[in-house]
Amino acid sequence: MRVIRRAVSFVALGLFVANVGCHGHTDTTASTAPARPIGPIAEPARPLADDGQWRMAAKDHANLRYSTLSEIDTGSVGSLRVAWTFSTGVLRGHEAPPLVVDNVMYVVTPFPNYLYALDLAKPGAPVEWKYDPGASPSAQGVACCDVVNRGAAYDDGRIYYNALDGQTIAVDASNGKEIWRAQLGNINKGETMTMAPLVIRGRVLVGNSGGEMGVRGWIAALEGRTGKIAWRAYSTGPDSDVLIGPSFRPFYAQNRGKDLGVQSWPPDKWKIGGGNAWGWLSYDPDLDLVYYGTGNPSPWNGAVRAGDNLWTSGIFARRPDTGEAIWFYQWTPHDQWDYDGINESLVLDVPWQGTRRKALLHADRNGYVYLLDRATGEVLSAETFVDVNTSKGVDLKTGRPIAAPEKEHAMGHVTRGQCPSASGGKDWQPSAFSPKTGLVYIPLQNLCSDEEPVEANYIAGTPYVGAHVRMYPAPNQRRGGLAAWDPVNARKVWSLAEEFPVWSGVLATEGGVVFYGTMDGWFKAVDARDGKQLWQFKVPSGIVGQPMTYRGPDGKQYVAIFSGVGGWAGAIVAGDLDPRDSSAALGFVGAMSDLPGKTTKGGTLFVFSP
Amino acid sequence: MKNAALLARILLIVTGTTLTACKREARRFIGDAHAAALPSSLRMGELVAGGPSPPAPPRREEDNAYDVNQGQQLFERFNCAGCHGHGGGGMGSALMDSKWIYGSAPDNVFATIVEGRPNGMPSFGGKIPVQQVRQLVAYVRSLGGLARFDVAPSRPDSMQLATPPSMSAADHPTEQAAEHP
Repeated sequence: MRVIRRAVSFVALGLFVANVGCHGHTDTTASTAPARPIGPIAEPARPLADDGQWRMAAKDHANLRYSTLSEIDTGSVGSLRVAWTFSTGVLRGHEAPPLVVDNVMYVVTPFPNYLYALDLAKPGAPVEWKYDPGASPSAQGVACCDVVNRGAAYDDGRIYYNALDGQTIAVDASNGKEIWRAQLGNINKGETMTMAPLVIRGRVLVGNSGGEMGVRGWIAALEGRTGKIAWRAYSTGPDSDVLIGPSFRPFYAQNRGKDLGVQSWPPDKWKIGGGNAWGWLSYDPDLDLVYYGTGNPSPWNGAVRAGDNLWTSGIFARRPDTGEAIWFYQWTPHDQWDYDGINESLVLDVPWQGTRRKALLHADRNGYVYLLDRATGEVLSAETFVDVNTSKGVDLKTGRPIAAPEKEHAMGHVTRGQCPSASGGKDWQPSAFSPKTGLVYIPLQNLCSDEEPVEANYIAGTPYVGAHVRMYPAPNQRRGGLAAWDPVNARKVWSLAEEFPVWSGVLATEGGVVFYGTMDGWFKAVDARDGKQLWQFKVPSGIVGQPMTYRGPDGKQYVAIFSGVGGWAGAIVAGDLDPRDSSAALGFVGAMSDLPGKTTKGGTLFVFSP
Repeated sequence: MKNAALLARILLIVTGTTLTACKREARRFIGDAHAAALPSSLRMGELVAGGPSPPAPPRREEDNAYDVNQGQQLFERFNCAGCHGHGGGGMGSALMDSKWIYGSAPDNVFATIVEGRPNGMPSFGGKIPVQQVRQLVAYVRSLGGLARFDVAPSRPDSMQLATPPSMSAADHPTEQAAEHP
């Protein structure tokens, strides 16, 4: 055993030295762990069939962002070159992945939320049609963190997506004609929609944004044929609004009781309490459960809302047909740090203490990677993936974080050096899983912040934050990175460091390659086993999009990514913000004042092939 | 002779102090609580075909330290800071830079607050008393260096987050017309 361990650390050391030697401006730090977990590894819950298409933002309902295409592998990736490009004509943060169905690529832009269909069968992929939803320009004023859109979904001949001004829209994929539109949100209450819908058995699941404006969160299921609301479940309020009924069996005692969405708040505060479902949904067809996270409670200043503030900053499991809640787990009870719980949950089966557990793997804003039992909501493990001092671990008996009183906020007091910052160890930017390595590839940021809670005045349609925030790089860390996480042993296997937060999604492929982008505009391919950089290409504007891959009509494999900096982290460039104010963009500008010197704005799609 | 010069100097100091003191005492409290209305002859720019040379900007009653500081507090209370930060912007545009999309003249800024603007600035008409809008105007202009040095705030009421307006204040502030009508 000792010999093996020594050999393993020798190999790791070798990798480390090799990486330091050849990596340009990416740092790789291999820990003493092996490049691949020893013994059984995490697996997809269902076998991954691949038709070379990409029909939804995460590629599949399990949120794995993994393609079985293997023409581009660790050898051939070095010969990737630009096949064609496409300018979207929009200058804000491009966070969406393109979709590819039947040799047509569909791209959705940030506000004004154009939808383009590009004909992959013709040279240079010309525009087949363009759809403009005519979204209200006023919506831009209530979108907390740039006017982004995180993707569309294809199902049964239709493209479904959300427009910033609170509409869900169905467009005929063959000709770009609008089929229906549903006005679900009200911008005059500060409500917007930015998330990528998920379609389950013909129903379109969408949620709202607005946790910085005191918007009450909800998720809704719309009939794909008509756009009629089948059900809507709120994240706060009485059980009847939250769709909590007799089937609701949360694992932990603190989440059992009547109308906790009212009782865990001071009177009436739940009505403007946030908990918005603006992130990722995943679905397990075997258990017939849909999973999604809820956003931060409003306002950020926790002094005005004593209690756990259910059901914010947690995760729901619901029946997709009725919306009824089955279980709930709260990542951050009484969140004071803007730790939205909306990050993606990957549906994986994980060997766990001798058995195979149906699990969810979730890297949260609060800095922990959680492994949950996806049938019950039990926490199997919760370990940090970035520096955390706002809690001192997660108590696996109660499921609650262990409080760190010195980092809790108090009126009239500035809390300094809280880590992670409001952006979390990881924000919306989605991770990817490879069944070849059993590892989850997590994009992350290393930021801390100073916060001063102040009086929060609720004026509908204006910010309801009540905090002064200034973010900055975590001590002795570079601001971004990519970590390869072993769900079985709950630890980091290797990680890469980047100058800026890695605000892009991640793609993993059968070819053993992991793709991601940086905010200063490098699109990178690294080896899934050890993080060694295999290829990089400089695009004109920083990357905050989601890479995807597909098989073209010519049978070749392509990789696509948006260039177009923005999002909360890139708002300083996309919104021409002033670096002299560290509290600009709710404090993110403090950590990004050098970005305007490294990149400029502008949306362009890049498509690569070997 | 020496005595006369000294006397003149003392007189000058006394007069200066008195004048400054007058300025500081020129405070008004919330008056008309009715919804703010727009000045009828408001223009977005200074160009009037064939018209006379634009007049020098008039002295504003709000151009004093008390009103600018009231504006600073109101900027927090009406949630302006949630979008515009402490001048650097966010959901809303930056206010401490030299770019004024809808004009920097007090009437322009007043109209922007009261009317709202099509790319996301909410209309606060009917929500904020006129005198408070004027105080907000004075503070917003100070963020962009358009307040006199002796009235621009040099520190916030909260933790220091941004370069204070006094650092960018000018001795003789000029105004900028609206970029877009």
